[in-house]
Amino acid sequence: MRISGCGGALLMALALAAAPAVAQQSQFEKYQKMVAEGSPVELFELVGEDLWKKPQGPNKVSLENCDLGQGPGVLQGAYARLPRYFQDVDRVMDLETRVLHCMTTLQGRSREEATKRLFGNADKPSEMEYLSAYVAGHSRGHPMAPGQSNAKEKASYELGKKLFFVRTGLWDFSCASCHGEEGKRIRMSELPVLYKPEAARPLMATWPAYRVSNSTFKTMQWRINNCFRQMRTPEPVFGSEVVNALNMFLTVTGQGETYRGPGTKR
Amino acid sequence: MADPMKARATLKGDVAEIRVLMGHPMETGQRKGSDGKPIARHFIQNVTVKVNGKTVVEGEISQAVSRNPVFSFRVKGAKSGDKVEISWLDNKGATNKTETAIA
Repeated sequence: MRISGCGGALLMALALAAAPAVAQQSQFEKYQKMVAEGSPVELFELVGEDLWKKPQGPNKVSLENCDLGQGPGVLQGAYARLPRYFQDVDRVMDLETRVLHCMTTLQGRSREEATKRLFGNADKPSEMEYLSAYVAGHSRGHPMAPGQSNAKEKASYELGKKLFFVRTGLWDFSCASCHGEEGKRIRMSELPVLYKPEAARPLMATWPAYRVSNSTFKTMQWRINNCFRQMRTPEPVFGSEVVNALNMFLTVTGQGETYRGPGTKR
Repeated sequence: MADPMKARATLKGDVAEIRVLMGHPMETGQRKGSDGKPIARHFIQNVTVKVNGKTVVEGEISQAVSRNPVFSFRVKGAKSGDKVEISWLDNKGATNKTETAIA
């Protein structure tokens, strides 16, 4: 956007006069508000609904009886209570890990087929992305309350917390390398200090999300996977204990916040 | 599966703000696929908005509009409960429409 003439000069003067910290904060918020207005998140939820109800796999059933922790087929508030421990598999699972479980058990699909294309692109988003949008949308207005009572849930949190600070990979980065210091940013994204509740809360309340820079919908499994890639650390296995633990750590740190529904990000 | 479409209409005084999300690839015809061949033009050409069966907006758009367009219209003299229908026609002759009532 070109700012020209004396009106532009006045605008620049006003911007420079404002305290740097305050000006930087509102810049991010302004940008976020701008992109949220035209967000196609709901389109992903609509397609996700079709996929959720579509009979698939050798068993030719839909995912409608999938138990996401609140009982078979219960979608309202289910995402807000993930990750959590699931007795039938004796482990902690987040949204995508659980959906994959339903694909392989209810629908009878092989893990190989169901995980063939987990992360899509703008031209062709993945099934998992559409489904994540649909399920997460049903937790709008619910407080984030991941599982914390069970021993495995607590162990998952502790593992995630530990992993957040472990330096590894080619560049010796940890999550904390980028997300461990106040006032940092990458281009137009602030880098929140994620082990602090006040930073984690608004963030965890808006994932999964439509990502403007990718022109498509992205999930938490993707986000963590992509962080690993950016850190030049080997790509984690989808639905692994490691990714679930990090997700658990982040969600617990952000707990209590009202889930706003799938968000819109840079 | 038809391209998803979602509309929402809210009333402020006697002006209704109608917002519609239209899922559509909106290909310009300039992009090349991974095989090096251009991806065929495929975009919405006409958008029509009707309130209670009466056409209030007839729009022509082009490939300049990007993927999954979002449009917002203000209609004066609208009342709560009025039926809003938004439809489109693309260059391949495909159509889609959605209906909503003014909140």
